[in-house]
Amino acid sequence: METLPPAESAVVQRIASDLKGRPGPLLEVLHAIQAALGYVPGAAVPIVAEVLNLSRAEVHGVVTFYHYFRRSRPGAHTVSVCQAEACQSMGAEALTAHARRRLGIDFHQTSADGRFSLEPIYCLGNCACSPAVMIDGRLYGRVTPERFDELVAGGAASS
Amino acid sequence: MTTLVYVPGDAGALSLGAGEVARAIAEEAARRRAAVKVVRNGSRGAYWLEPLIEVLTPRGRLAYGPVTTGDVAGLFNADFLDGGSHALSLGATEAIPWLKGQQRLTFERVGIIDPTSVADYVKHGGYQGLTRALSMEPAAIVQAITTSGLRGRGGAAFPTGIKWKTVLDQPAGQKYVTCNADEGDSGTFSDRMLMEGDPLSLIEGMTIAGIAVGSTQGYIYLRAEYPHALRALRTAIAAAHQARYLGSDVAGSGRRFDLEVRFGAGAYICGEETSMLESLEGRRGEVRVRPPLPAVKGLFGQPTIVNNVVTLASVPWILQHGAEAYASFGMGKSRGTLPIQLAGNIRRGGLVERAFGLTLRELLYDYGGGTATGKPIRAVQVGGPLGAYIPASQFDTAVDYEALAGIGAMLGHGGIVVFDDSVDMARMARYAMEFCAIESCGKCTPCRIGSTRGVEVIDRILAGVDGERNVRLLEELCETMVQGSLCGLGGMAPFPVQSALKHFREDFRGRAK
Repeated sequence: METLPPAESAVVQRIASDLKGRPGPLLEVLHAIQAALGYVPGAAVPIVAEVLNLSRAEVHGVVTFYHYFRRSRPGAHTVSVCQAEACQSMGAEALTAHARRRLGIDFHQTSADGRFSLEPIYCLGNCACSPAVMIDGRLYGRVTPERFDELVAGGAASS
Repeated sequence: MTTLVYVPGDAGALSLGAGEVARAIAEEAARRRAAVKVVRNGSRGAYWLEPLIEVLTPRGRLAYGPVTTGDVAGLFNADFLDGGSHALSLGATEAIPWLKGQQRLTFERVGIIDPTSVADYVKHGGYQGLTRALSMEPAAIVQAITTSGLRGRGGAAFPTGIKWKTVLDQPAGQKYVTCNADEGDSGTFSDRMLMEGDPLSLIEGMTIAGIAVGSTQGYIYLRAEYPHALRALRTAIAAAHQARYLGSDVAGSGRRFDLEVRFGAGAYICGEETSMLESLEGRRGEVRVRPPLPAVKGLFGQPTIVNNVVTLASVPWILQHGAEAYASFGMGKSRGTLPIQLAGNIRRGGLVERAFGLTLRELLYDYGGGTATGKPIRAVQVGGPLGAYIPASQFDTAVDYEALAGIGAMLGHGGIVVFDDSVDMARMARYAMEFCAIESCGKCTPCRIGSTRGVEVIDRILAGVDGERNVRLLEELCETMVQGSLCGLGGMAPFPVQSALKHFREDFRGRAK
């Protein structure tokens, strides 16, 4: 298993200790770890298990159950393309194919230069403005392939 | 004098550039030394006109839209701050026909008020329901909800008053009020709009629920895909605390009610109530076997109300105006109003709140204006990814829980996804199974294994392998999943498949690669 740099290990330890008194704290802890490190490293699992007095299997089971928790370091920008029905009705399939080509990666992959991660997402609640894309937590509607290129080339992903 | 300009901060409006428009208006106003205050309201729900901006004038609120940053200088030149005429003028917002015909009860303040302001909320009728509730006996509050006929708007349509009564009747002790804000159905966004545009109505509804059943703690379980709603809720909860509508002394009553938002993590199944409770407790979102019902043994083993966002946000209106007033809307056993969401391939998409009873045809054509692509509508999916596909021949069906059940469909959370005639219904059936396989919690076999086998069988049909036999196999598999699954995911994922087979059989034939 990968080992964590001492600084990151300390972050995980501190987050778990800070939140362990809350009712049903595990999801809160994992959210805080992902917010701090960008993902939930495998090496964080035993630390969290120890602090929360859970088994490693329980923590691993929760991390792997939820799509939102990443187990690998994400690219600088995370691009999520909605795959659900409303977006399909407005060409999400073609947009997804375009996104794969443009970024040169498939879903759940990160580009070699570390700039982009591409993820599927199942409904962003923007179904009257389909197809929808989320980039680093910002929502975009009625996204055409041309607009997608603008977003990843500059605008959205420049900051 | 400072002019108020409203530019929605709603995620959908932001997705079309409302943030940039708000910034451009503030900058242009500064440049021209015009006294302008930009208010970030929610969306009116007319997404085909977003970004829709409004100016408060002596003639009321006047609308312009859809506005881009390139239009801003022109709007100032046309003197829009005084309601000047411009190519994007839409006149008085209230008079826009698409909005005017609606019956907005639950959404009466969405798009109108500043969602971060308790003062604005109160000025528009907020907290009158709570004030009323605080003068009533708990049983009378529950009775009012029962009398109103309110049914769960999340999709299951269970009578809300009966749920509340079960929790009220449990022995005193720690009870919980939980809000299911895991709005995962494609084609739905009413919960999101409400949480972003009028979060205090949800907070007030949950507070009333707490007062009614004797609970001091509420949780909102919000899906991870809604970061804008998370910020809106946290801001509103802090404001309500500050104004003492939450905390140890709710509105000076001496009663306590605290509220916390918990963020989900991208699991569709957590919209199922027992799975949501597991997730709130920090575990895998696997469904629980019922009984016991959550109302008896729910969150952390305690009696728990689990209601959807729109259900809880309808409670203040019912208390304020009376149960009979609410029940006077609607038809049959579907009382009150439903915020219906027009989504997908639709020309005028958005949120239409109307009393139950209007037809799909009125929604799709009178409100929706047909498809965005201009082609004929071939099918609509009502009620999310587990809802049936409905063909044009059934568009005269009323929006009513029983009427839709009567044609083998379901209303669910009120989302309608429109498809034009380019849709391949066998592909949509395949997607339904694929989605179920991705989102299955894995606890029961019919859902976990059945969905994967379903994808494979449809692939064989599309590949032209033993077509007739495989269609029969698919029908049997659907039946097994419906009868044998533990919860609605596996139990209803076959509905879109069965309806596609029934109404669009011609699409299920082998095709060239």
